[in-house]
Amino acid sequence: MIVSKENKLLGFALVIVLLLLWEGISRLKFVNPIFLPPFSEIIIALIKTTLSGELPKHIGYTIFRCFLGYFLATFVAVPIGIMMGRSKLVYSLFEPLVEMLRPIPSAAIIPVAILFLGIYTKMKLAVIIFGSLWPILINTFHGVRGIDPILVDTGRTFNLNKKQFLMKIIIPGASPSIATGMRISLAIALILAITVEMIAGSDGLGFYIIDWERSFHFKEMYAGIFALGILGYLINFLFLKVDSKVMRWYEGFTSAVT
Amino acid sequence: MKEIPYILSVQHIRKEYSGNEQTLALEDVTFQVKRGELVAIVGPSGCGKTTLLKTIAGLLTPTEGMVLIENRKIEGPEKDIVLVFQEYNRSLLPWRTVLKNVEFALEVNSYPSSEKKVKVEKYIEMVGLRGFEKYYPWQLSGGMQQRVAIARALAYGPKILLMDEPFGSLDARMREELEDELLRLWEELGITIVFVTHDLDEAIYVCDRLLVLSERPAIVLEDIPINLKRPRNQLATRSDPTFIEYRNKAYKLFKQKSLENQKT
Repeated sequence: MIVSKENKLLGFALVIVLLLLWEGISRLKFVNPIFLPPFSEIIIALIKTTLSGELPKHIGYTIFRCFLGYFLATFVAVPIGIMMGRSKLVYSLFEPLVEMLRPIPSAAIIPVAILFLGIYTKMKLAVIIFGSLWPILINTFHGVRGIDPILVDTGRTFNLNKKQFLMKIIIPGASPSIATGMRISLAIALILAITVEMIAGSDGLGFYIIDWERSFHFKEMYAGIFALGILGYLINFLFLKVDSKVMRWYEGFTSAVT
Repeated sequence: MKEIPYILSVQHIRKEYSGNEQTLALEDVTFQVKRGELVAIVGPSGCGKTTLLKTIAGLLTPTEGMVLIENRKIEGPEKDIVLVFQEYNRSLLPWRTVLKNVEFALEVNSYPSSEKKVKVEKYIEMVGLRGFEKYYPWQLSGGMQQRVAIARALAYGPKILLMDEPFGSLDARMREELEDELLRLWEELGITIVFVTHDLDEAIYVCDRLLVLSERPAIVLEDIPINLKRPRNQLATRSDPTFIEYRNKAYKLFKQKSLENQKT
């Protein structure tokens, strides 16, 4: 949807009104200001923890885990998804397994992961990979299956070998779907990075938010949540930028066809 | 060396599809094509024309019979033969520009990049698409998209060009324009073309020889040499009494056959 400049301002105005409301109910003690400090003080806490280097360090840990896990998941899921889409044998082999593992909420495997992998990076990566694997795998599979048979025949009539076929027809043809899966998984990877940090270990934004809560540093806790919101927004923004550049053809193609 | 009389020889092709129900698409199709000839194949819709072309292209394996190119049995897609699809909008790679789509044909064999560039430009020029190199297929009209597909097929350098209702989804004016364009390219390049259509007039207009297929399961009903003078002309050729004679002859074949089918 195309939103005019005026309407965009309208959206921002609502955010500002809500923040002012927050400031007001806290200052006027409608709610306990210890549990909900005024917004302005949270901003100050955000600036303080940023300047001290504490917050950026932990954001760094979180980003590192989130992206490493995410890319490893992509690295595993895309080839399996492609093979499942191309080969009936591979599909029959993996399909029941995928359908059994996929519905398990990723948080539920954290205890198992801790048992076998401990509480540090290995465990955290494993959980992130497990959670972000499925959307990429399923979308890759459907993307490959959905490639126009005429396009497949085109590749064949031009006598492409297996590798050329994969690189020139299958991967670009499935790329819009793969991108969709990767976008869903990016959010999942961030959620899981925070979740595992809250449960185990001693660093990362997730750990810090929960640690601040337990030590009654509520301003800092809110600052951490805010930082997380900004982080999530930036990651998504970055993804969309890359996506719209790489997938420019797809937008034009779909709007031309329909 | 002995001259090979036929560049393409289709011998007793039979094609059954095995699914829930066995369908016989082609009963027994046999014909030969001489080097440089333009053969048109007509038949009622759903008679197995596309199956026949895909089999010749090596995309489908016949249940029985074989396809020979220069006396060599084909076992799959070949470098000497390429198929142009009716669905140009689905056959062009939507993520590639016109230039890159034509280049696609040359990526299979590793050409040196300078030679590649010259070739791509040549064929884009040949189909009259100079200036549109940077456009994406979906930014072009249907006629232009099919030109891209033709340029791509020609750049591949086949000896035999197979075309499956290439102009079937274009409007009448664009179709005539592309028929003439195709004839020009054919004369210029001297390649062999097998052209499938359900449009009898179009078939007679372009071809040297007309093969009339029966309804499914298909056999060749009649092999009619078309002796109309070249270059063909949309007005003169189509109003030539001989053209109309050919048209009537082929039309009667269709009618007669479908009447027989109704009786049995």
